[in-house]
Amino acid sequence: MSDTTLPKDPEDAAATAAEAAVPDAATALVAEAAAAQLADREPILQVRNLVKHFPLTQGIIVKRQIGAVKAVDGVSFDLYAGETLGIVGESGCGKSTVAKLLMNLEQVTAGEVFYKGQDITKLSGRALKAVRRNIQMVFQDPYTSLNPRMTVGDIIGEPFDIHPEVAPKGDRRKRVEELLDVVGLNPEYINRYPHQFSGGQRQRIGIARGLALNPEIIICDEPVSALDVSVQAQVINLMEKLQDEFNLSYIFIAHDLSIVRHISDRVGVMYLGKIAEIGSDAEIYEHPTHPYTQALLSAVPVPDPEAREHRERIILSGDVPSPANPPSGCRFRTRCWKAEDRCALEEPLLAIPTRFANVDTPAKHESACHFAEEKDVVGAA
Amino acid sequence: MATSVELSTEEGGTYSGPLLDVRNLHVEFRTREGVARAVNGVEYSVDAGETLAVLGESGSGKSVTAQAIMGILDSPPGFVTQGKIIFQGRDLLTLGGEERRKVRGARMAMIFQDALSSLNPVLNVGEQLGEMFTVHRGMSRKEARARAVELMERVRIPAAKERIRSYPHQFSGGMRQRVMIAMAMALEPELIIADEPTTALDVTVQAQVMDLLAELQREYNMGLILITHDLGVVADVADKIAVMYAGRIVETSPVHDIYRAPAHPYTKGLLDSIPRLDQKGQELYAIKGLPPNLLHIPSGCAFHPRCPRARDVCRTDDPPLYRVSQHRASACHFWKETLGDDSVPSDDT
Repeated sequence: MSDTTLPKDPEDAAATAAEAAVPDAATALVAEAAAAQLADREPILQVRNLVKHFPLTQGIIVKRQIGAVKAVDGVSFDLYAGETLGIVGESGCGKSTVAKLLMNLEQVTAGEVFYKGQDITKLSGRALKAVRRNIQMVFQDPYTSLNPRMTVGDIIGEPFDIHPEVAPKGDRRKRVEELLDVVGLNPEYINRYPHQFSGGQRQRIGIARGLALNPEIIICDEPVSALDVSVQAQVINLMEKLQDEFNLSYIFIAHDLSIVRHISDRVGVMYLGKIAEIGSDAEIYEHPTHPYTQALLSAVPVPDPEAREHRERIILSGDVPSPANPPSGCRFRTRCWKAEDRCALEEPLLAIPTRFANVDTPAKHESACHFAEEKDVVGAA
Repeated sequence: MATSVELSTEEGGTYSGPLLDVRNLHVEFRTREGVARAVNGVEYSVDAGETLAVLGESGSGKSVTAQAIMGILDSPPGFVTQGKIIFQGRDLLTLGGEERRKVRGARMAMIFQDALSSLNPVLNVGEQLGEMFTVHRGMSRKEARARAVELMERVRIPAAKERIRSYPHQFSGGMRQRVMIAMAMALEPELIIADEPTTALDVTVQAQVMDLLAELQREYNMGLILITHDLGVVADVADKIAVMYAGRIVETSPVHDIYRAPAHPYTKGLLDSIPRLDQKGQELYAIKGLPPNLLHIPSGCAFHPRCPRARDVCRTDDPPLYRVSQHRASACHFWKETLGDDSVPSDDT
């Protein structure tokens, strides 16, 4: 590090400064922490007001648009380097659509996704390809997301065909074997086909493929939902290990609230295409302020028969309304026990509730409710 | 809460005993690759008004056992090779096809996981519910229709009179599962087998459906077998629990005891491997390895290749169900050590 050129990013700056001063192990650690902090302030991914409407059409020859399914309707969040952002919500809340929009697999209706200051929703062709190399995805169903006619070696090596600039020079097979080893599979399995593996092993193959290009961000859409309980833990542990090893940022989309809490640093709760509440894992799970979050948490069956007696259960009535025709004002009001006239007229914005703004409390996090109020529903306190 | 049934059997005597008593049941699937031994000596019983949860991963034999009880096993390739299924004092396996059919639906009914593929897509729900009454009770179509509306109101489907003409795809997942429950309840059976009834549903809807099921069970004093892989659901509703692994029951216990102190390393591993909602844990304990291939079940204790406690004896001797206490049993040679051990076992024992 003796070159005199200015480092490009703050992480390098901190590292260079520290190394230049006293190059011993202790300060190196301090420098690492400082670098991490600096990096923390700059989100790696900024999502602003993301909207995706799927048109509903009528007519066979002349198609007229008669409405739209508002799958994602104004979602904003930041993702920081090395962290895991969990996104939870029930089916149809738009969480998987968000994942596709972040990868630019679906064209956004409106909104921006900034990756290192670049809006990837506007990119196409070569520029988009370059960004996608750094944002990879792991899918839910390990049975349909792997091509049954390709060997494991071909599946994991395929990203190198698409991005030859990062392909290992020379021995590609060796790199694939390394990746198999990293995800805990026997490198000798390189010539086997997906059907010769169990669900958990297939998900490891999917993760190895995601890791092949050394991405910075991995978007995981329900990565363990299809797996047996005893195998889920193996895959979750693997993902946490890989995160530390390669400094990955995860967006972890799931409906299982316990797993999301386990793996996430921050959690966003989605309802009908919008984020209802977002905060650190302790803020969301121990001090939820949005009624939907509270109901969701209280409905989760806890594997502890003694705890159930101490828990208050909020049973919501009815189903989630259709995203083609969401309720006016607050979208949750039709199932909310706190709903008043104001909720139908005025849409609550995702912000720190004013009543908590000047107090130092874990309830001070963004929540889209007019009547945000703290309530412990999981019995953590 | 659990009471044994006393009622006159067809032969005229009175029978007092569990509502359902499965004894030493063996089921195998004869496939081209070989014989898969899916169920290997399962024993459990359910009383009226009682909920038995059968817990297991995919391939543990929990659903196959249920299919054998209901008499809806795909045969071939599936065959019951041994055992007794005693329901209200009669061994169902000795009954002929017609007699068996009378039991199914009227005396015992089943709720499946996937309501969309279990319901007939080309009949509206009114016709499907009404069929229960026209076929089993010989009612007229008009009567049957009226009963169908009643049933739909019972399972709290809003606007039942209008919704009766709807087709299954027009219902949401939760409502569809209510239709399934209504259909199972139609003839007021004594036993209901629910195979993963809420797995496909969202948590908020899952809570509604489980509540409904528990309420109906209390009201009609039915026996309920709840087949699931979700330890949380089990803790919420079950009275007792049977844990299955590789076609065998490895542990049976009243529900409270098993969560406090599991007596089988597999149960313990399962409990340790699920993340908790109410606390942020450290690294999860993971049971190593994979569930066994039923074509090649390991010798001795089927769990030994994955077990942190396995010794030589586990590789050779198949453990019987040891009696742990009056209501508990564990199929582990080292159940005493497992009970006493609260720490996460290390891999090198």
